[in-house]
Amino acid sequence: MIIGLEVHIQLTNLKTKLFCSCSNEYRNIEPNTCVCPICLGLPGSLPVVNKNTINFATRLALALECDINHQFWFFRKNYHYPDLPKGYQISQYNKAGGKAFADGGKITIRLNNHKKDIILNRIHLEEDPARLVHKGSIASSPFTLVDYNRSGVCLIEIVTEPVISSPEEAREFLKQLKSIVQYTGISNLELEGSVRVDANISIKGHERSEVKNINSFREVERALRHEIIRQKNVLKRGKDLSQETRHWDDKRKITLSLRSKEFEEDYRYFPEQDLVPIEIDDNFIQIVEEDLPEMPNERAQRLRREYMLSEFDSENLVLDKRIADFYEEGANADPSFGSKEYKQYCNWLMNNIYGWLNEHNITIDKTKLTPKHIEDIIKYIREGKITSKIAKSFVDDIMKGTSVSQIIKLRGKTRLSDKKLIEKYCKDVISENPQIVEDYFKNPKALEALIGRVMAKTKGQADPAISRELMMRLLKK
Amino acid sequence: MKLYEYMGFELINKIKDRDIEIQDILTSCYKRVDELESQLHSFVNLNEEKSMKKAKKYDENLKGAKKIGNLYGLPLANKDLICIKDYPTTCCSHILQNFRPPYNASVIERLIETENAIHIGNTNMDEFAMGGSTENSCYGPTYNPWDLKRVPGGSSGGSAAAVASGQAIFALGSDTGGSIRCPAAFCGVVGLKPTYGRVSRYGLIAFANSLDQIGPITKCVYDSALLLEIISGKDPLDSTSVDIKVDTYTEEIKKPLEKRVLGVPKEFFGEGINIEVKNAINKSLEKLESLGATTIEVSIPHLEYTIATYYLLCMCEASSNLARYDGLRYGKVSDDLSSDVYSVFSRTRGFNFGPEVRRRIFLGTYALSAGYYDMYYMKALKVRSLIRNDFIEAFKKCDSLVCPTMPSTAFKVGSLIEDPLEMYTQDILTCSVNLAGIPALSIPCGFDSNNLPIGFQIIGDYFDEKGILNVGYQLEQELGIYRKAPPLKAGGK
Repeated sequence: MIIGLEVHIQLTNLKTKLFCSCSNEYRNIEPNTCVCPICLGLPGSLPVVNKNTINFATRLALALECDINHQFWFFRKNYHYPDLPKGYQISQYNKAGGKAFADGGKITIRLNNHKKDIILNRIHLEEDPARLVHKGSIASSPFTLVDYNRSGVCLIEIVTEPVISSPEEAREFLKQLKSIVQYTGISNLELEGSVRVDANISIKGHERSEVKNINSFREVERALRHEIIRQKNVLKRGKDLSQETRHWDDKRKITLSLRSKEFEEDYRYFPEQDLVPIEIDDNFIQIVEEDLPEMPNERAQRLRREYMLSEFDSENLVLDKRIADFYEEGANADPSFGSKEYKQYCNWLMNNIYGWLNEHNITIDKTKLTPKHIEDIIKYIREGKITSKIAKSFVDDIMKGTSVSQIIKLRGKTRLSDKKLIEKYCKDVISENPQIVEDYFKNPKALEALIGRVMAKTKGQADPAISRELMMRLLKK
Repeated sequence: MKLYEYMGFELINKIKDRDIEIQDILTSCYKRVDELESQLHSFVNLNEEKSMKKAKKYDENLKGAKKIGNLYGLPLANKDLICIKDYPTTCCSHILQNFRPPYNASVIERLIETENAIHIGNTNMDEFAMGGSTENSCYGPTYNPWDLKRVPGGSSGGSAAAVASGQAIFALGSDTGGSIRCPAAFCGVVGLKPTYGRVSRYGLIAFANSLDQIGPITKCVYDSALLLEIISGKDPLDSTSVDIKVDTYTEEIKKPLEKRVLGVPKEFFGEGINIEVKNAINKSLEKLESLGATTIEVSIPHLEYTIATYYLLCMCEASSNLARYDGLRYGKVSDDLSSDVYSVFSRTRGFNFGPEVRRRIFLGTYALSAGYYDMYYMKALKVRSLIRNDFIEAFKKCDSLVCPTMPSTAFKVGSLIEDPLEMYTQDILTCSVNLAGIPALSIPCGFDSNNLPIGFQIIGDYFDEKGILNVGYQLEQELGIYRKAPPLKAGGK
């Protein structure tokens, strides 16, 4: 498989649109209220570049290790569509004397413990068209409404070389890209509509198809899988593949042919002379670079160094900046913590907390969980006040913000370490289960079954180590 | 002398002295419109009710000690492609019928909001400024005040005719390939095309955005200098406007011409230039020499390629600039909304653009298409830079260039409209200036045997408006013909 991606992301953290001073926050407001003569493309209006977009694009280019072009023009991409108020989109072009914002760059992915660099072709800036709104599906809607609030929002397009060889690689690439974008602080890709992906897919030796309109990272893997199967099936039936543009129908989860090669649009790119060339000097790049936070890769390395985490743990931990920030705050809070606790803290976050967040489809900053919660849990476990098993049952409560000590008080769920009490439970189990005791003398593994009975009787509160020790001693008698 | 016959600066002084009332100036101009409009058709709409109200208010304000703008109460005619808030601005096209911009162009902000000129109406023009005769207007042609059978030039023909006939004291025009200078020459008035970037284009509805500039059309050079002073300078709303010091043009123009070197580009006097025009220009050159200037011959070797280069580039840009007129958000939409959205777009554009506009959109779209781009657009860009270099070289030898504005005097209505190529060649002496982005001024320098005005063109180096206005002013004073008015009689045609 040969796959290349064109990923469009909105720079949602900008305050204003790309070429006018309208608010960038077009979501959840009345349609067509966040507009002006410029983003409506009214006759006589002229665009003026929002300087912050250049800063944001520079941040991303540096994070992706691209070569930033020191001077470039914007270009016009000409086509008619109801969402395009000027009849052209102000974009960039790397042919006909044009230059992208930045060329090259890469993202390193890891799949099945194998590392691979996904090489980028370029990144460039362009304006978002308006939003078309339909009643139900496009096909059955009796009308199309146009909301120009989105018109002119700044998009950055990231174009890869055709070097991705599977849907899984594409998924990993997007996972890393999302993480890098989050670290640069230029966009919140969790917002609806902040991401659009076009994918070029071909089987080696055959014509490619371009799948457009994949509106979330999650859908990309799915769309790619579908398109690959479709192409293989065409070949299986002895037919030829032709170069075409296809559309991802995210309701039916299939790709549909939009147009074949001979009907490809000719965008008639040429320079946008309402804008002057943009100049970016080394001094500016240096200032942006100094301001750039630590990127996920560097952070993972540091976490391995400072917290003695494994490669696997560190790479997973840094993916979501909020989780990594949370981790560092919690792990640093207690000076008594060492490598064992660091590892424990990481496991807790990545297994118990991460699982819960996924299950509830929520991000960590939207919960009332604080780093102290996990710090307390680790301390209580270390002090023998609770068992790991008990601690796991606290997750729902700590997510609501209840403190660990309060949960223990409310539920009475401290660890049972009173030897006399545990001995009594052990004796009860032995007398109630003569068959298992008999088995034990033939096969020592049956001990686990007896311990399990003790745990059941104490609702998991008995200290497993003490229980084991006492049980073995009683059975020897 | 009637009020409409005065120069702008003379009226300013009279207002400052409280000699006259603003309502009287407005009334004088509107009376002139009433008398002549059926013959000239300079205007496409009039703002009479509102402007008379404003004049009354301005007169009342004058009684107090309120600070007043530099153009306080002066009647200004606006070309129908410069946006005025809530006022119909149509580019003389069916497709923009009923379009009222929700904002003011930056030049309107300065002239009307800051300096208190009064907008009296919008003037006729070739549709989207595409033409050199004002015959391509959806409202019908404007006629030349000096000979009603002839065109006023274009595309700012309405503005030039209005100023020449005293319907307005001054007017705004726009110049993409000669659209200010051509009608100024044909109507015997002063027209200035500033350096590209000197005047903000914000609110100027684009024809070819790398060539368009707004400029004044006035009765005398001093008035142009005055207007330019106001409208020049960096505008944060137009990225292509340039932050270069704006000179005090009204002072600069009065300097003597001693030691001034004027280049006479030989290619501008070649074949196809009418002999009466050549003679008038030569007489003016003698006058300039008598004022202390030296003339030398210079060369613009690539002039022969300017028409081809200019038309390629302006059509390419126009095809994109005019893509937005689809009837979806404003303007006129096809009555027939059946079938898909593209069919509605096609019908809207097919029926509501005039033939010249359609021709230019077709040709521009073609020239930008895959496979033709390098051959046409890219090549034209290269020739454009050659032409620009020709001028840069010429200005190493001289201060300004002097030549005719138009190859001949005004031609008859209908005589060239069926022959677009012949019409395009009329721009041979003006459009190279737009390709280079430099400033140029046209002033009347005499009349031919048909008593038609002849335009004298002064071309300047980048941002040297003061130099060309200076030459223009001194020549104008020396010639002394700027008060000569066209032989018009009140009444129907």
